[in-house]
Amino acid sequence: MSVVRAETVPVRVESDVVVVRQTVRQWATSLGFSLVDQTKLVTAASELARNTVVYGGGGSLTLEALEDGARRGLRLRFADEGPGIPDLALALTDGYTTGGGLGLGLSGARRLSNEFDLDSAPGKGTRVTIARWR
Amino acid sequence: MERIPILKMGPFLLVTIQVDMHDRLAMVLQDDLTSMISRTGARGVLLDISALEIVDSFIGRMISNIAAMARVLDAETVVVGMQPAVAITLVELGLSLPGVRTALNVERGMALLRDAVRRADGAGTDAGADAIAAALAGEEDDGGGDAPRGPRGAPPA
Ligand SMILES: Nc1ncnc2c1ncn2[C@@H]1O[C@H](COP(=O)(O)OP(=O)(O)OP(=O)(O)O)[C@@H](O)[C@H]1O
Ligand SMILES: [Mg+2]
Repeated sequence: MSVVRAETVPVRVESDVVVVRQTVRQWATSLGFSLVDQTKLVTAASELARNTVVYGGGGSLTLEALEDGARRGLRLRFADEGPGIPDLALALTDGYTTGGGLGLGLSGARRLSNEFDLDSAPGKGTRVTIARWR
Repeated sequence: MERIPILKMGPFLLVTIQVDMHDRLAMVLQDDLTSMISRTGARGVLLDISALEIVDSFIGRMISNIAAMARVLDAETVVVGMQPAVAITLVELGLSLPGVRTALNVERGMALLRDAVRRADGAGTDAGADAIAAALAGEEDDGGGDAPRGPRGAPPA
């Protein structure tokens, strides 16, 4: 599997969340994802970008176009240097929130993706990586 | 400040969301709608989201909040025009929008609201709402065949 294209965009302020949605939409469209798959990717990205801004104190998104034989995919890596998440399993539980949300962002983004990885620890920041194949 | 316009149509308020809303704009809309309902005594809110390309947990929470606040102020909320891809994604995200009614388009949403108001008011008719719904449906009267019907009095002989 190889990364054929990559780009990093800032995810620092609330308006960046809108830019993330637009950027992910463009990439998903150009990679030939169906409308439903585009919608899933953009929705997951919106959740993770908001978490990066609200809880992570800002960070970045790296988009990667993937090729694996005839398969095409899109990987999204969100990273911040914020406080980190003490209990990953709890954070991934539907309805768990420390910010008065619905607690659906992380768990929902996982359901909307084919691959999901959460790497975080107190003082170590947070990295959430998702990928979808078409 | 940027705002999403709220249109008054007889006893109802119509909100057409046409932009990719950032979170603050969604909060402002929620506040604007609440004060407009209490100021005008509106009986229903139509939230047209046909231009929305995604509904995430934040927008979902805004829609639920609007419906809850409207209910407290004696107004019904109907969300209209949700794109199929958005609906599919919403389910997978885990968002259920409890207590929020949906309709295919503005005409059907208007018919739902009209019936809800009529039920709430007993047998009394609401000529204003009928006229608007009829105008939207492009008809002379409210004889639209596909509009969901609530209980109503016998038609005049
Ligand atoms: N990047 C991050 N840095 C630190 N903590 C995070 C981060 N992302 C998520 N969390 C923690 O995980 C919890 C769950 O996140 P999730 O996105 O599922 O729900 P939420 O943001 O609270 O609500 P929702 O996303 O439904 O509006 C958050 O409340 C927060 O405590
Ligand atoms: Mg979240």
